[in-house]
Amino acid sequence: MKVRIKFFAILRERAGASEVSKEITDGSTVADLWRQLQRDYPKLDVPGIRLLYAVNQNYVDLDHKLSDNDEVVFVPPVSGG
Amino acid sequence: MFRVTNQPIDLSELVRYVTDPEAGAIVTFIGTTRNNNEGRKVIALDYEAYPEMAEKELARIGADANNQWPLCRIAIVHRLGPVQIGEASVMIAVSSAHRHAAFAASRFAIEEIKKTVPIWKKEVFEGGEVWIGTQTGQPLPDR
Repeated sequence: MKVRIKFFAILRERAGASEVSKEITDGSTVADLWRQLQRDYPKLDVPGIRLLYAVNQNYVDLDHKLSDNDEVVFVPPVSGG
Repeated sequence: MFRVTNQPIDLSELVRYVTDPEAGAIVTFIGTTRNNNEGRKVIALDYEAYPEMAEKELARIGADANNQWPLCRIAIVHRLGPVQIGEASVMIAVSSAHRHAAFAASRFAIEEIKKTVPIWKKEVFEGGEVWIGTQTGQPLPDR
């Protein structure tokens, strides 16, 4: 199955892309996807960063199971206001 | 009204939106760009958002505020892109029958925005730039 990943802020700069899609195996979790992305884009590994995880615009846990065509965002520490 | 925008925010639009015959108070909050931060001389802030989710989270904050206090209406607008010193990055307007609820809800809204809404600011300062909340400052190229 295929998922879409959007990168923002420091992760967008580190990945050098705003949006990518990736083929993953059925049953993959957000954590599995993050490990694969770090292999594809080694610079995504920002030391000490605390991420949140969003799937289809809702916050989820790392062990959330992904579905085909999900939109996944790894949310760097937010700093609005 | 829960929105992110690339345009300067118009306070009178928010106030009009929350104006309500049942209201006895309207409280507004304006977050502005300060010229210094942690000893750095700030030139500008540059905001980026995950816009669809940011607006959803702003609406969630509005709904939470409505559940906690008897509000009439609430409006939150956050600006994106470069924001110069002294300009507003965020505005909140809350109306309620009585002032206590309006003050409390506006305070709640700005504190929540800083916790959960997927918006990020890059601080451009004299000598570099940094994503606030992520300790990875980069020197700017000469310019």
